[in-house]
Amino acid sequence: MKTVAVVGASLAGLSAARSLRGQGYDGRLVIIGEESHRPYDRPPLSKEFLTGAVDEAELALEADGEDLDAEWILGTRAVGLGIRDRSVRLADGRAVRADGVVVATGASARTLPGSDGLAGVHVLRTLDDARALRDDLARGGRLVVVGGGFVGAEVASTAYGMGLEVTLVAAGPTPLSGQLGPDMAAAVSLLHADRGVRLLCGTGVRGVTGKPGEPPTTPWTAARGSGRGRVAAVLLDDGRSIPADIVVVGIGANPCTGWLEGSGVALDNGVRCGADGTTSVPGVVAVGDCAAWYDPALAAHRRVEHWTGARERPAAAAAALLSGGTAPFTPPRPPYFWSDQYGVRIQFSGHAAQADSVTIEDGDPADRSFLAVYRRAGHPVAVLGMDRTKLFTRWRRQLATAAAPVGTA
Amino acid sequence: MVPACRLADLPRGEAFRLESDPPVAVFHTDDGELYAIDDTCTHQDASLSDGWLEGCEVECPLHASKFDLRTGSVDAPPARLPVRTHQVLVEDGMVYVMLSDAVPNLPRTCAVARLAGGLV
Repeated sequence: MKTVAVVGASLAGLSAARSLRGQGYDGRLVIIGEESHRPYDRPPLSKEFLTGAVDEAELALEADGEDLDAEWILGTRAVGLGIRDRSVRLADGRAVRADGVVVATGASARTLPGSDGLAGVHVLRTLDDARALRDDLARGGRLVVVGGGFVGAEVASTAYGMGLEVTLVAAGPTPLSGQLGPDMAAAVSLLHADRGVRLLCGTGVRGVTGKPGEPPTTPWTAARGSGRGRVAAVLLDDGRSIPADIVVVGIGANPCTGWLEGSGVALDNGVRCGADGTTSVPGVVAVGDCAAWYDPALAAHRRVEHWTGARERPAAAAAALLSGGTAPFTPPRPPYFWSDQYGVRIQFSGHAAQADSVTIEDGDPADRSFLAVYRRAGHPVAVLGMDRTKLFTRWRRQLATAAAPVGTA
Repeated sequence: MVPACRLADLPRGEAFRLESDPPVAVFHTDDGELYAIDDTCTHQDASLSDGWLEGCEVECPLHASKFDLRTGSVDAPPARLPVRTHQVLVEDGMVYVMLSDAVPNLPRTCAVARLAGGLV
């Protein structure tokens, strides 16, 4: 293999490049990124970066002096893949021909229809998104967060700490109910109410309303707001109107796979992959948020939009690419994610949806500090910790080592 | 040389947190080796003695950075700076740590917290 193109320059792409070099690949390595930035860490974007406690230099994922001997093509989007000669076509008209391709193009934040160009309405996915939101939050005021996922919960927590008046709107019964199951999500969501953050659950959002324009205050907002004025309120499905100076829309992300349509690479809510990242096309593997790997525990293909998946899985994908799919592989560890909210460490591993019971094994939700184990037919399938780091690690490890394909039972 | 714990109280696969300043984590690997590194992750304030020990590597319990216990070097991000390593000695069943005199790489969030604590 003489040339490998890694399409996507965030954690998954960088991890793939590192794995390729670590596994002995010494050919040409081209890393293509849509954003103009070198790889950076996204989790702080909803937390310490917004408050200013962490600056841009501290987000860098590459170590000082690290040299992957790669050609970086940044600020240019991939627009197509020709599988006959494995050429990646770029938006600027160039093409990169490669013997192996790693698809790591990630996902893009979903937006609220009709909110384009309205100042004060934000999504949070990229560094540029975070810069714009940080500048807006520094002005203070009333923040309405739309969406009950991690981005929404973390932004609510951060903005509360910055002194804003915060309302969180979630379509489910509580925030994080999809990720943690309704009972444990309710326990975790008490953190919002404890601080006086207003929770509006079980209601969708119809849209946002604006008021006539004011001059943009920063280059970031100027670039985003194109003169339609500024947001005034969020309209709920039930007819209520919630006044807002700033709105953050955290309603999930769509895999960035449009550039692969028609290429022959099978897509199904992401790039459809085996349990080692191999796709329907030889010489093409996929990793990170855009990739729907087969999960033996679920007997299904599933996109795992977690930091740890983007960090760990590319090693197996790199091995599969270099070996032509013949390398032995071990199934990835169960999904693991963390969230820091209001100074509390929330950690979760496994699959909540598989469970038929949840028990508190240690601590007490009333104290906002506990460990809960999810079981299916008596076997642990997931674990949740709130400020129970040590015990959580033990359970997470046990889940990973004892992982049995319960989905096929 | 600082006494940490009795070897009998530190089974293989376990870690002991020595409440020095800054704290030190002593690991007893599954292969029977003993290693000591700074307990605080260089990325953010988290205790590595609570982490996932596998071979000669510990994964931070919080954000999954990995450190090599033998050298202190970073094996996986988001951490970018190594942890200090300390020498370990066992005498008469007691585990001792010889603290490094290098400058520790404490996370900024932790340093700020310590400063704030010192001002109270």
